[in-house]
Formats: sequence, C-alpha cells, structure tokens
Amino acid sequence: MNFRRLFLIGLPYLWLLALFLIPFGIVLKISLSDIALAIPPYTPTLDFSEGLAGLGRFLAALDFENFTWLTQDELYWRAYLSSLQIAVVATLITLAVGFPIAYGMARAPDEWRPTLMMLVILPFWTSFLIRVYSWMGILGREGVLNQVLMWSGIISEPLTILNTNTAVYIGIVYTYLPFMILPIYATLDKLDVSLLEAAEDLGCTRTSAFWLVTLPLARPGIIAGCFLVFIPTLGEFVIPSLLGGSDTLMIGKVLWEEFSANRDWPVASAVAVVLLLILIIPIVLFQRNQQRQAEAEQ
Amino acid sequence: MRRFSWFNATSLTLGFAFLYFPMVILVIYSFNESKLVTVWAGFSTKWYGELLQNEAFLDAAWVTVRVAVMSSTIATLLGTMAAYTLVRAGRFPGRTLFSGMIYAPLVMPEVITGLSLLLLFIAIGLDRGVTTIVLAHTTFSMCYVSVVVSSRLMSFDRSLEEAALDLGCTPWDAFRSVTLPIIAPAVISGWLLAFTLSLDDLVIASFTSGPSSTTLPIKIFSAVRLGVSPEINALSTIMIGIVAVGVISASLISKRAAIQREREERQAAG
Repeated sequence: MNFRRLFLIGLPYLWLLALFLIPFGIVLKISLSDIALAIPPYTPTLDFSEGLAGLGRFLAALDFENFTWLTQDELYWRAYLSSLQIAVVATLITLAVGFPIAYGMARAPDEWRPTLMMLVILPFWTSFLIRVYSWMGILGREGVLNQVLMWSGIISEPLTILNTNTAVYIGIVYTYLPFMILPIYATLDKLDVSLLEAAEDLGCTRTSAFWLVTLPLARPGIIAGCFLVFIPTLGEFVIPSLLGGSDTLMIGKVLWEEFSANRDWPVASAVAVVLLLILIIPIVLFQRNQQRQAEAEQ
Repeated sequence: MRRFSWFNATSLTLGFAFLYFPMVILVIYSFNESKLVTVWAGFSTKWYGELLQNEAFLDAAWVTVRVAVMSSTIATLLGTMAAYTLVRAGRFPGRTLFSGMIYAPLVMPEVITGLSLLLLFIAIGLDRGVTTIVLAHTTFSMCYVSVVVSSRLMSFDRSLEEAALDLGCTPWDAFRSVTLPIIAPAVISGWLLAFTLSLDDLVIASFTSGPSSTTLPIKIFSAVRLGVSPEINALSTIMIGIVAVGVISASLISKRAAIQREREERQAAG
C-alpha cells in the first residue's frame, strides 16, 4: 500500500474515528458512571489509567444503575412511548398529505416538473428553525389563524393550538413534508404508464388500477419516505420545545433538559444510549429497503 | 400532451399553499409597524433598521458565516476523499466500519451527536468556541458531501480515467484533469449542502459552542422561546430572500447550461 493511498483512506477514517466513534464510546462510558457534584459532574467507574486492574474493578462494580433508573422513573418511559406515538402518527399524516402532492407532480405536464421540483426543494434549503418559528405567529392565541376564524364568525373564542401536541404534529408534517414527497415522486416518476393502460384495457377501473398497480409499485418510495420522516422525528428537539406545551413529552427534549438544566450527565447519556438502541431497528429496515431498491434497478 | 386533471391540480395547489403560506405570513408581518406581531398597524421597515443596529445579532451572524465557510470547506475535502475511497479504493481493512461511519451520522439524532461531541471535547480538555463548532459541523456534513459525491463517482465511465493513465498520466494528473472536472458539479453541490447544514444547525452548535461563540440559530432560538418578535421576522425574511435568490439562480444557470450542451451536441451531430 503506497503512501498516497494510505493518506487518502487514512485521513477521513481517522477523522470519523476520533469525532464520531470515540465520542460514542465516551457516552457509553458515562452512562455507566455515577453522578457527582464535581466538574465534570460524574465519577468515572472505568479508569484506563490503572490499566487492566481498572478494567477489572469496573467490571466488578458494573451495575447499570442509570438504566435501572430509566425504567423506574415514569418520566422516561412515558417520554419514549410518547415520542414513538408522536413519530408514528406524524409520519402517517405526512404520508397522507405528501402522497397526493407527489402523485400530482408525477402526473403533471413535463414542462411544469422542474418548477414543481424546485418548489418542493426550496423550503428544504430554508432554515429549519425559521420554518418551525413561522407557525408560532399563526397558531398562537392572537395568531393569524384565530384572527381569521373569529373574523369569519366560525368561532367566538380563540382556540388554543400553540403549545399543544396538535401544534407539534403540524410542525412535524410541515418541516418533513419534502422528505416524504421526494422519494415517492422518484418512484412514481419512473412508473411505466403503459402498465396502467394495460390494467384498464383488462377491465380495471381507474381506482382499482391505482390500488393494484400504482400503489404496489410506489411502495419502495413510500417506505423510504416514511423512514426519512420517522427516524429524525423520534429524536426531535426544536419542534416540541417551540410548538409543544409543558405536557408534550419527547425524548430529545428530555435528554436536553437532563443535560443542561439538571446537569445529570450519566442519566442524559443513558437516555441517549437507549434512544439509539430504539433507532437501530428502523435504521436497519431503512437500509435494507434502500438496498433492495438499488438491486431492483440494476 | 398531458394536462393537469382537476384532482392533481387541487392537491398540488393545496399542497404548495401549505408549504408556502407560513413563510408568506412571516414575510408580511416583518413589515408590520406594530411591536405586537398579531396586530397590523401599517407598513414599516423599522425592524430591519433595528436589526442592523443590533450588535449581538451581527456578531452571531459573523460567527455563523465563519463557521459555515470553514466547516463546509474541510468537509468537502474530507467528504470527497471518503467518497473516492469508498467507490475506488477496493478492499482495505476496516472498510465496513468506514462505510458505516459515513452513513450513520445521516440518521443520527442531533441531540446524540451534540452530546457525544461535547463529552469528547470536555474529556480532552478542549475549550468550547469556534474551533469546536467547526470540528462538529465538519464531522456530520462530510458524510453528506461523501454521499453526494460518491453517487456521481459511481455513475461515471471509469474507462476515461484508465485512458488517461494509459496515455502516461500519473494517478494525480488523471484525477486532476479527468475525474475532478467530471465530479465538480457534485463537489460544488456538496459544498453548498454542507454550508447550508452548518448555517442551519441549532442543536449540535448549542452543545459545542462556548459563551463567546454564539451562532445565529442559537441567538434566534433563545429569542423566539419567549414568543414571536418582529425583529426575528425581519431576520427570517432576509434569510428566506437569500435562499430564494440562490436556489432560483442556481436552477436558471443549470437550465441554461443544459440548453447550451444540447445545442453543442446538435451542432456536433449535424
């Protein structure tokens, strides 16, 4: 192996080892430590400076105390469950909103498509924080939505939407919509229209051709879109903290508060480790879906 | 010739109305005279004036741009190297781990990435500031760059490189005069992506920044936690405007390039 090749492989490799893998090792290590009133605020139970003796002592004293704590304190498992619930429901709503848009784009006249594509991508380049913030002015008690509804006489009392879970759902659907539209559009765009014509020639109605032909062929895109929305939503922090209320429990927010407000690093690290374990299942499923799709295209 | 059916036209209209309505409201209210964002009190540009005099925001903007330029440049270099390694280097020890580390940050929740990097910086005793944010942003954005560049590398004809090598180029010359011009569009879009990701990032920057290195998203977040503010609306409008001009002109340039290429190909054929 020559020097140039070693440099080419080695530099990004070392970078990721040092700034991606090792930090995870540290999180894992601290999640097994005890909290302490010190700086940094934990007592390391694993000390490499003592060599093998330190490792032995660590294994003898290993107690998963912080993880036991997570299962005992209601706050944490309720936060995990409620994050999962919010992520699942929000993903399904995003699918219901995104599919017709992707379908409309794929069936649009050819000269319209670049413009429609740009209109979907444009919000993606716009700051995520600003897109979440823009709903605060709309959903508030004196927000635009309430003003319009009161002015038109539909309601007489302003609705409380901001700082509830409803606002969190709206925020998630809004910010992650492009992630749902783009993969579905990609599969629908490649769909051979003659298959639909064949189905209709063979006696299918339009609706049944949609259910029997279009939908199954769009499945890889639908699955990819759902995972692209579900995975980041599960650990979401910005949306629940700006649009959610005090009763909105999401694990990303809990982790943040545990770390910065309570300064309980060991528990924050344990929360992170468990979140990662939960995420591994959808991530592996997503990778498999992408691989199958890539193989089908070859 | 396909036309819009009424169903598709309705779903597209409603869909794009939903995507753009909040931003339009934001822009309109940034020109509101009243401090109360919800009451329209006439047209005014006074919030833009106040924004330009707000030193804290200007400082934060400067930190953000510096971080974004540095991190996206390093990320583009490292990400292109990583993509080249993954697509061209064949087998080497630890390849699976390497490709895993390239894809993992793309799906990692930001809170976990931020927390783990902060714990690393504390463990090695690195003071938090611009350097630590640059290191953090480079790490996750190099993965995005690598995905963009490797898809381009995979789709191009390798025999062009081999021809250059057969004709006596050194591997470096072949890379510089054949490979690089072909992957250049992907490298540029990778840089733009890394730059935008860095400009946007709130969570990872909050974990890795120090007191002297507040970025714009951190500043915006702490301001809007207290409620809607017309100054933030003005700031958002400026940012939306920059993005809109950038994206629209990029698409016009690429459209013109495509037309030009088509014309040249037609001339070459005729």
